[in-house]
Amino acid sequence: MSDYRIRIENLSKSFSSSIQAVKNATLNVKIGEVVLIIGPSGSGKSTLLRSVNRLEVATSGRIWIDDDEVTSPTIDIRKIREEAGMVFQSFNLFAHLRVIENITLGPRTVKKVKKEAAEKQARQLLKKVGLEDKEQAYPSQLSGGQQQRVAIARALAMEPKVMLFDEPTSALDPEMIKEVLDVMLDLAKDGMTMLVVSHEMGFARAAADMVVFMDGGEIIETGPPNILFSDPKEERTKKFLTHIL
Amino acid sequence: MASVAKTKQDKKDKTPIAAAKTFGSTKGSDSDPVAVTDGALIPNRSNARIFNSWRITFLLAALLLIILTIFNPAPFREIFFVTLKGVPVTFQVTVFAILGSLVLGLLCGLGQVSQTRIWNLLAGVYVELIRGIPLLVQLIFIYYALGRFFQVEGIIAAIIALSICYGAYMGEIFRAGIQAVPKGQMEAAIALGLSRGQALRKVILPQTMKIILPAIGNEFIAMLKDSSLVSVIALRDILRRGREYISRTFLSLETMLIVALIYLIITLVLSRIVAMMEERFKNE
Repeated sequence: MSDYRIRIENLSKSFSSSIQAVKNATLNVKIGEVVLIIGPSGSGKSTLLRSVNRLEVATSGRIWIDDDEVTSPTIDIRKIREEAGMVFQSFNLFAHLRVIENITLGPRTVKKVKKEAAEKQARQLLKKVGLEDKEQAYPSQLSGGQQQRVAIARALAMEPKVMLFDEPTSALDPEMIKEVLDVMLDLAKDGMTMLVVSHEMGFARAAADMVVFMDGGEIIETGPPNILFSDPKEERTKKFLTHIL
Repeated sequence: MASVAKTKQDKKDKTPIAAAKTFGSTKGSDSDPVAVTDGALIPNRSNARIFNSWRITFLLAALLLIILTIFNPAPFREIFFVTLKGVPVTFQVTVFAILGSLVLGLLCGLGQVSQTRIWNLLAGVYVELIRGIPLLVQLIFIYYALGRFFQVEGIIAAIIALSICYGAYMGEIFRAGIQAVPKGQMEAAIALGLSRGQALRKVILPQTMKIILPAIGNEFIAMLKDSSLVSVIALRDILRRGREYISRTFLSLETMLIVALIYLIITLVLSRIVAMMEERFKNE
């Protein structure tokens, strides 16, 4: 039990009485594991991911990060969000702030870290994502790939236990995808627990411990990438894989 | 495209030298209509036109005022100096009422986007109420109401009344500005662990201000003109001074001409300042 970092138990989420985005999903992620969620659009991947830091409030079911129950109504949700860093498809960098301010805003506002300490940490993170020369730039002056790397640094600045990636490379030009995936690979190597919604098969093969296939709000099949990709058991998984492989 | 550019070029060649000199500063970009770059160059072409009409109006107004006061001092110079005494009152009312309406507008805008139903309703009712009543009626009503119940001085009453009225419009501007900030910004801030309030203060509102600055500038100019309404509640602003002068001399047309010219010149100068501020803000 204690070696699971994220536990999702019978999670369901409906947006109205007719639309059920996630149906009865159960998923466990071990410490340091990288789990990739794939599936057609509208299959509930993002909703499942966003439920983990409660950007979406689950209709039923329970989620834990370590021993903190995310779905509990009494939990301090800000604590959960400190524990789970999030990277968005459209980067969502704060447009009015410089790169370094983007990264230090969270630590300084939420954790009350002193400016100097926060900036020191931000510079280390920028170095890690290979953008140490961009700390004074505004997001609009960066390429998509650079923005996404800053977004990853911003999330890491909160020193999360878990990183959630919501289609981090879908909005990027092909030549920029690699620079983002490289940063994510490094992160995986460092032992970060990661939940990634993405169709990057190269990343899956290189870094994922487990791949989850979702369709119609349900988890259809899970397995290690080499097995799931080469020998899927379910018909729907096979059909989907022929589209993307 | 090319032909349009060419006719424009031809026209330009026919422009008298004097005019070309006057607009020399914008000439470079004007001759190259396709040169669209980031920042300073973008507004140049359209700006040049605004600048022209602005300049013509301003010159006409200033010239007329100067000619009248210098060559026709009998009534005009006296009218000018009498009404000019109202300018401080006009500015005082405008500046303080804008500040008041900004505070009210911020509260109102936040109320409109709030997730708490009661704030929503309060802000909504305020906007509906104020928008449905003519400014003049509100002004007189609030003036008498404040006077009867709180013994408030005329100028304070005028400032409060104008603030309340413009606060509603300002509230709509703030609401639109807040909603114009992409949703992802709030989401990203919340995902970092910021509370909604912190996210509003540190992420949403700074971006809102940038979006709504031009609109606030416009409101400021509109406020300056609407401040002339305070003349009905015995505040001695520009218009009131003029009307007092008319009642002494019956020179209604002459007086109103000067009053109009003073307002026009102030408004033109302000609109230029607002445009310049906008420009600088955009380039930042």
